[in-house]
Amino acid sequence: MRRIAIALGLPVVLVAVWWFASAGSTDFYRPALSRILLAFRETWFGPRLFDDALPSVGRLFAGYALALVLGVALGTAIGAIPWLRALLEPALEFLRAIPPPVLVPIIILIAGFGDLMKVIVIVSGCVWPILLNTVEGVRGVDEVLADTCRSYRITGAMRLRHFVLRAASPQIVTGARQALSIGIILMVISEMIAASQGLGFTIVQFQRGFQIPEMWSGVLLLGLLGVGLSALFQVFERRILIWYHGQRAEMREW
Amino acid sequence: MLHVEGLSKVYDGHGRRTEAIADITFSVAEFEFACVVGPSGCGKTTLLRCIAGLLAPTSGRITVSGEPVAVVFQEYGRSLFPWMRVRDNVELPLRASHMKAQRRRELVAEALESVGLSDVHNAYPWQLSGGMQQRVAIARAIAYGPRVLLMDEPFAAVDAQTRAELEDLIRSVWQRLGVTLLFITHDIDESVYLGQRVIVLSASPTRVAEIVTVDLPAERDQLTTRSDARFAELRTQVYAQIQKAKRSTP
Repeated sequence: MRRIAIALGLPVVLVAVWWFASAGSTDFYRPALSRILLAFRETWFGPRLFDDALPSVGRLFAGYALALVLGVALGTAIGAIPWLRALLEPALEFLRAIPPPVLVPIIILIAGFGDLMKVIVIVSGCVWPILLNTVEGVRGVDEVLADTCRSYRITGAMRLRHFVLRAASPQIVTGARQALSIGIILMVISEMIAASQGLGFTIVQFQRGFQIPEMWSGVLLLGLLGVGLSALFQVFERRILIWYHGQRAEMREW
Repeated sequence: MLHVEGLSKVYDGHGRRTEAIADITFSVAEFEFACVVGPSGCGKTTLLRCIAGLLAPTSGRITVSGEPVAVVFQEYGRSLFPWMRVRDNVELPLRASHMKAQRRRELVAEALESVGLSDVHNAYPWQLSGGMQQRVAIARAIAYGPRVLLMDEPFAAVDAQTRAELEDLIRSVWQRLGVTLLFITHDIDESVYLGQRVIVLSASPTRVAEIVTVDLPAERDQLTTRSDARFAELRTQVYAQIQKAKRSTP
């Protein structure tokens, strides 16, 4: 109860400050919060929810899921095979250093203007933190546990599933958390260039059409989306890493 | 059952050549309980890792005629999978050997009962004390149904009382199970209390300094055995050998 109160405290104060500071505002570009909330209801509780917001979120999920699969699979292979790592590391460092937004025009050339392009943009940014963290996690597996697997003949898929991936899971989750915020950014960016629908496109449209309260309501929606996804992520993290957090809490007690 | 012939191990790395094991030869008979004791840093763990097949010897031959082989490591905290409950830890090697689920459950329950841990099936290893974690590791080895059991200083990291309990536990497990047991320790008293024979190693580069036969009765307990005059003689004999081995180090 107290934890919830502390977590909600600052957001409530900030919203209140915004509400009263902007009340009765006549500034065209900074409308009152009450005006923005009204626009929020009119804009997003209607066809735009299905035409713009949900497709955006769908592409985000598709790109994020693809990045997870790619990043974990490649990262596991690279982390487990030393010569593969030596071979790929310089190339990976180069690719990782390219900011994904500059790839958008190139990806458009290859994949056109549709959903595929947007999903590829999201994958191209999300995959790096997942991949690199997985490599580190797989490299750092405990030697005694590795010996245990060898002496009990735990090999192949079973070793991968019950030992390598689990041992690397704290790092994989760290990478996945970083990738989620990158994914939201890229979802918006991919819709700002040469798009005809989606959250990013809609916000730019509102801005160009001087529909300022509607534009602000889109920004608000993106913020809420981020908070919601991060809460969802935490639920999964708690389930996957229950052992990790428990073990660390136990160590602090000793 | 277990033969080590002319085993040597040289570590070559970073321009430094370290001869960990010079020449070790010994045998362990079927159903025997043999202890290996030696001064610290004499390559006891290297020896065990070679026998367990986790490390390739530089030269020499190791024959283990009896499958499967189970290993209990010193670092109990790192040899159990922290993401698995106790039951799953014990069961995993059995799943890897494609055993039927019904049979697996029976073996896991039996093994945990035989180490006195029937009530912690659902706990995670890190929720247990060090002694209990090592019991889980022993249960995992028992459930595996080994014919040869290798133990690498398994009780070095637990407190003295827990250690005495675990020593008696491993004696009773050995008697009931009928396994060939090779037990590595740095503790002279422990080696005499547990084993039928004590293989004394020299300091590095390691050789076998002496093999002492422990002619104590098969029924042993912490009070009477340890206060037995013969026990004192044997431990003195082993101790003297180790001192001699240390002095003769070049």
